[in-house]
Amino acid sequence: MTEIAPQRAELSAYASIIRKRIALIVTLGVGMVVALFLDIATGPSNLPLSDVFAAIVDPESLGASTQAIVREVRLPAALMAVLVGAALSLAGAEMQTILNNPLASPFTLGVSSAASLGAAIAIVLGVGIPFLPALWTIPFYAFVFAFASVLLLQVVARLRGSSVETLVLFGIALVFSFNAAVALVQFIASQEALQQLVFWTMGSLSRATWSNLGILALVVAAVVPFSLAASWRMTALRLGEDRARSFGVDAARLRFLSLMRVSLLAATSVAFVGTIGFIGLVGPHIARLLVGEDHRFFLPASVLTGALVMSAASVLSKLIVPGTLIPVGIVTALIGVPFFTILILSRRERGL
Amino acid sequence: MARRLEVEGLSLGYGRRHVIENLSMAPVEGGSLTGLVGPNAAGKTTLLRGIAGLLPAEGSIRLDGQELTKLGAAEHATHVTYMPQALPQRVALSVFEAGLSALMSSPDPAIHGAAAREQVMATLDRLGIADLAMRGLDELSGGQRQLASLAQSIVRDPEVLLLDEPTSALDIRYAMRVMQVVEELAREKGTIVIVVVHDIALASRWCRRLVVIADGKVAADGSPDEAVTPEMLANVYGVEARVERCSRGTVQIMVDRALP
Repeated sequence: MTEIAPQRAELSAYASIIRKRIALIVTLGVGMVVALFLDIATGPSNLPLSDVFAAIVDPESLGASTQAIVREVRLPAALMAVLVGAALSLAGAEMQTILNNPLASPFTLGVSSAASLGAAIAIVLGVGIPFLPALWTIPFYAFVFAFASVLLLQVVARLRGSSVETLVLFGIALVFSFNAAVALVQFIASQEALQQLVFWTMGSLSRATWSNLGILALVVAAVVPFSLAASWRMTALRLGEDRARSFGVDAARLRFLSLMRVSLLAATSVAFVGTIGFIGLVGPHIARLLVGEDHRFFLPASVLTGALVMSAASVLSKLIVPGTLIPVGIVTALIGVPFFTILILSRRERGL
Repeated sequence: MARRLEVEGLSLGYGRRHVIENLSMAPVEGGSLTGLVGPNAAGKTTLLRGIAGLLPAEGSIRLDGQELTKLGAAEHATHVTYMPQALPQRVALSVFEAGLSALMSSPDPAIHGAAAREQVMATLDRLGIADLAMRGLDELSGGQRQLASLAQSIVRDPEVLLLDEPTSALDIRYAMRVMQVVEELAREKGTIVIVVVHDIALASRWCRRLVVIADGKVAADGSPDEAVTPEMLANVYGVEARVERCSRGTVQIMVDRALP
C-alpha cells in the first residue's frame, strides 16, 4: 500500500467529536467570563455592565466610590468565586477518578468537615499563631486540618490490604467524626463565638481579599499542569486498576500525587471561603455529561464548570433577597440540587 | 524461533499468605493458545497477575531468557499485558477512547497521534467492531464489551498476552469469536497467549496446550488429550465424568455426577 489512504470514517467522526468538545470547553470559558462580569455588577448597588468594563480596563474614568466598590469588594469576591469553583471542581474530578467513586468530593470525604473543625478551634479557643496576622488565624487552622485529613486518607490508602472502598468508607467516617467534634466545640462555645462559627461554616465569598486570592490563584496555577499531565493515566485508571497497571501506569503513585493535589486545592479553598459542599460533586458530573471521561477534556471542563456554577451561584446569592447577601454555600446547594437532579434525569431519558 | 516464557519456582500471594507456592511448568511457547483451567479459587487469576507483574513474586519468570521479575513495572508492561475479567460499568468512554488510552497511558508510549489512532482502528478491525468505535462502552452488549476489552489489551501488541476468563458470561457465538480472534493473533504474530477458560470443552477446542491448576499447583499439563482425563476431573474437580471424542476429534466431557 503506497498510496495514502483517505482518512477513515471513524477517524473523521472522532476528529469532529474532539472539535465539539473543544467548542464546549470554549463555551464554558465564555460562560464563566460572562458570569464573572455579572457577579461584579450585582450587589447592594447594581453597576451597569459598562462600568464593570471600565473599572477593569480604565479605572480612572470612574468615580472614586465606584472604583473602591469594584476594586475592594466586588472584584475579589467575584474572582474568589471563580477560583474556588475551579479548585473544588478539579479536586472533586480527580477524587472521583482515583477513588473510582462518583460520590467522592472534598465535602463528602471529610476535607471540608476537617476545615470546619480547624476553624471552630481557631474561633472558639482563639489561639493565635505567632508571627501570623490575626486575620490569617482561621484560614491557617482550617488549612492545616483539611490538609491533615487528606494525609490521613493517604495513610489509609497505604495500609496493606486497603482498597478504594476502604478509603471511601474511612472518608465518610471522618465526616462524622469531624462533625461531632465541631458540635462539641460549638457546645462549649460562647454565644458570640458560636455565631461567628456558624457563619463561617456556611461558606461565604465576602471574606475574599487580594492576598488570599493570590494564594489560591498560585495553588490552582501550580496544580493544573500536573493534573493535565496525568490525564491519560487517569483515563486508563477509569477502566480498572489492574488494567491500567498492566499498561505501565503506576497506580499507587498516581493516587498519591493526585491526593496531594486534591489536598492543596481543597484545603486552600475551604480555608478562605468556608464550607461549600456542592461544587466538588456537581462540577465533575456536569463536565462528564458534556465531554465524557477522556481526562484531557474532562479535567479542563470540570475546572470551568465549577468556576461557572460557583460564579452563577454568587450572582444568585445577591439576587434572591434583594439587598441581602445570602451565604453562597447555601445557594449552591439550594439551587444546585434541583438543577442537578433535572440533568441526571434528562440524561436517563435520552438513554445516555 | 518461537517466543518462550519460562516459569520456575514461582511463589505468589497476598501479604504473607501464598496462593501459589513454588510453581514450575514447562516453557510456554508463542504461536498457539495455552489454556489455564481449574476449579474456582485454584489460583489461576493469581498466576496470571503474578506473570503480569501485578503481584510481588518470588522465583523466576523469564521471557526469551530475560528475567521479568527484575524489571521495573513500566518496562514489564511493555512486554506483558493482562486483561482482567470484565470492564467496569458506568464509564463515559467510547470503544475507541478505551483503546487509545491503553496506548497513551504508558509512561513512554511507543506511538503517538495519528499512528496511535490508526493502530486502534486496525485493532478494532481485527476484532470486527470498527463500527462500534464511537459508541460508549455502556451502550454495548456483554459480548461487544468483552471484545472492546480485548481490543484494549491487544492494541498494545504485547509479546505476552494474559487473558482472565475472556469468555465468561458470553453466549456461544461471542465465546467462539473471542477464542478465534485470539488464536489467529497468536498464530500470526507468534504472541504467547495464556488464557483462563472455565469451560473445559471450549478450552480443549482452541488451546494446543492445557495447564490444569488446583490448589496453586500444576495438576496436569499437556495437550487437551493428555490433560483432560476422567482421573483429572475426579481429582481436581470432584466429578465423575467421561471424556470422549466427537467425530471431529475434539474432546467432549460428559459429567455424570459430583463425587461425594
